[in-house]
Amino acid sequence: MSLWEYANPKKFMALSGRLLPWIVALTVLSLGIGIIWGFFFTPDDYKQGSTVKIIYIHVPAASAAINAWAVMLVASLIWIVRRHHVSALVAKAAAPVGLTFTLIALITGALWGQPMWGTWWAWDPRLTSFLIFALFYMGYIALWEAVENPDTAADLTGVLCIVGSVFALLSRYAVNFWNQGLHQGASLSLDAKENVSDVFWLPLVVCIIGFELLFLALVLIRTRSEIRLRRAQALAARERLA
Amino acid sequence: MMPDLGKYAFAVLASYGATFALLAALVGVTVWHRAKSIRALAESEARMEKSDG
Repeated sequence: MSLWEYANPKKFMALSGRLLPWIVALTVLSLGIGIIWGFFFTPDDYKQGSTVKIIYIHVPAASAAINAWAVMLVASLIWIVRRHHVSALVAKAAAPVGLTFTLIALITGALWGQPMWGTWWAWDPRLTSFLIFALFYMGYIALWEAVENPDTAADLTGVLCIVGSVFALLSRYAVNFWNQGLHQGASLSLDAKENVSDVFWLPLVVCIIGFELLFLALVLIRTRSEIRLRRAQALAARERLA
Repeated sequence: MMPDLGKYAFAVLASYGATFALLAALVGVTVWHRAKSIRALAESEARMEKSDG
């Protein structure tokens, strides 16, 4: 059995249909536990006070937004190289979800920044690259809507996705190689010394898992919808020819 | 039950409020899109069956 078998829409629909109820249940469970744990059962930070509670939505949303672009990049490359329609539809389905996570990260970042930095916004490397990243998401969605031929749309958006990956990388690593700006370094690291304290870290990891599962669930639902609409369009075209 | 958010209550509650509103909108649009696709496919299949049969 090969992974490419699931590029077949029928097999993709069958497998995703079986997995979705489990993924949705795990999403609700992990997001529910993570958010309730983080919001109600963690202490205030000695420096940031209760604003530290924003970490449970800001960091998972930002992380999921960047990972969503990575999924779109892989799916676009598969489309460009192997012309599997399901992969193009996965990329299309992931974009609105990624954009929503990007907007959540930007809005919660501004709301967190105001009391901590004294400003809603600064032209800091990470913030600026993240804003450009959001614009890439909007451009990507607009391009899918603007091009009528779906294969041409998948080609053009695939190229845009590859170009936008530079900003996805910058959004993640800007704080590491630009030692200027207001944004702090990574909250999570393999180096335990750089990590936030365990009391914040554990619910944060649960929230990150919840956001990633939410992304997966929504992308699967949206991809299945796109496959159905393609099938309906194909039947309508056959009807016109008959 | 509700934690004391002190002087940062607005920042914290607005962050959670905005997040829930955006996620609710995303889930709402996704569910609506799903229902639309199921309806469109059912209608197309019914038309095909009618014309075939």
